[in-house]
Amino acid sequence: MKFTEEHEWLRAEDDVYVVGITEHATTQLGDLVFVELPEVGVTVTKDEEIVVIESVKAASDILAPIDGEITEVNTALAEDPSLANSDAIGDGWFFKIKPSDPSQLNDLMDEAAYKSMIG
Amino acid sequence: MTALKRTPLHALHLELGARMVPFAGYEMPVQFPLGVMKEHQHTREKAGLFDVSHMGQVIVKGASYAAAAAGLEPLIPVDVLGLPENRQRYGFFTNEDGGIADDLMLANRGDHVFVVVNAACKRADIAHMKAALEPGVAVTELADRALLALQGPCAEAVLSAMDARTVNMSFMDVATLDLNGVAAWVSRSGYTGEDGYEISVPADAAEDLARALLAHPDVEAIGLGARDSLRLEAGLCLYGHDIDASTSPVEGGLTWAIQKVRRAGGARAGGFPGADAIIGQMAEGAARKRVGLLPEGRAPMREGVVLFATAEAVDPIGSITSGGFGPTVGGPVAMGYVAAEYAALGTTLYGDLRGKRQPVTVVKMPFTPANFKR
Repeated sequence: MKFTEEHEWLRAEDDVYVVGITEHATTQLGDLVFVELPEVGVTVTKDEEIVVIESVKAASDILAPIDGEITEVNTALAEDPSLANSDAIGDGWFFKIKPSDPSQLNDLMDEAAYKSMIG
Repeated sequence: MTALKRTPLHALHLELGARMVPFAGYEMPVQFPLGVMKEHQHTREKAGLFDVSHMGQVIVKGASYAAAAAGLEPLIPVDVLGLPENRQRYGFFTNEDGGIADDLMLANRGDHVFVVVNAACKRADIAHMKAALEPGVAVTELADRALLALQGPCAEAVLSAMDARTVNMSFMDVATLDLNGVAAWVSRSGYTGEDGYEISVPADAAEDLARALLAHPDVEAIGLGARDSLRLEAGLCLYGHDIDASTSPVEGGLTWAIQKVRRAGGARAGGFPGADAIIGQMAEGAARKRVGLLPEGRAPMREGVVLFATAEAVDPIGSITSGGFGPTVGGPVAMGYVAAEYAALGTTLYGDLRGKRQPVTVVKMPFTPANFKR
């Protein structure tokens, strides 16, 4: 699994990557109450704000971790945002992205590097 | 920056795993490990224990209750003199423009008035009262007392195990009770829309009492996060957000707190700061009103969201002053001010949410039914 400094995780699944936010992030944010996901088929650019999430406390943006095309979104999460709290790296996934420049994956952190970043 | 103050329950909050945040000059628990959503639901279903020791507790004492009450009436547009012994009443200090300088609770405790004010305003409130009342009437801040709130449908059962007299109290009654071996000043009131009690005890007795209450299986410690969502669903104002020095009691929908005797034609009409403006608005109506707002869909509309009459309109007609997700409602809830012509129940307005106009309906508050013991 790969990680970004914005507390996203990416897991390879065939030719796409499944993306969500880490348990560390959902713990910090508190209970999620709203998730607005991108549309399937759109092409996004790294660091573009593509998801809005709201916790009981505040709204935050989730950035595209890499360039690519959104191939699927987790509609179950939009229905029940608490999935991101209860199962951050499983049922709480956000979207799937097909990389247009797979070399960008090399810039992301591995799990050890992410863990040392969050201390 | 001055160091944050701590309440007598600070060590207990840390022991319970609270996440602490600065609030009104105090280090306060925003949430416990249970989390805001579950803390909110627990309070609605069982009972929640809140530390509100940051609030200002003040004794106003003259030669008699009436002397103290008569001293306060020129500051507060409420029937303080007519408040029966062992009863509490909501009120507010007004300013010369008819705005609200702070909101508060007043209790007739026999020979004095017990006043509870907001933490952020307490220094100004106390100076304001001292300037107006002393030396004839003494104004004393009780910095050595803690204030707890036990809220929720199980609150009566929990507290009556300590002192059975809690059962006989009605909403807004006050009494001195024996809780955990300590003389506690108790009122049947709160800030959640649920039945419950607010409990003032000496600071050095607070932690033992809190532990004794938390030992009950139906009681959980609740932080400021859930306190805010609970009061929002209950339609209750947060000072500095939903009411402030620029909003009048008429605009804020709080004229119910101004008893007849202080209104036009009453025996002690007016005589408080901003009386002309407030009594004038009561007769003619205010240009804007605080209303409940129910956003469509799931996206919360928070404080600062600007409201428009249509999806295309250019000029705003109001804005949201408090908003978020209502865990009991199961969706977003909000309140805010709108121009009077848009305040009718059922009116559809549009909030600007991240550049998109989202529909929101003017609705009656509270969003969840009040469960007070009348």
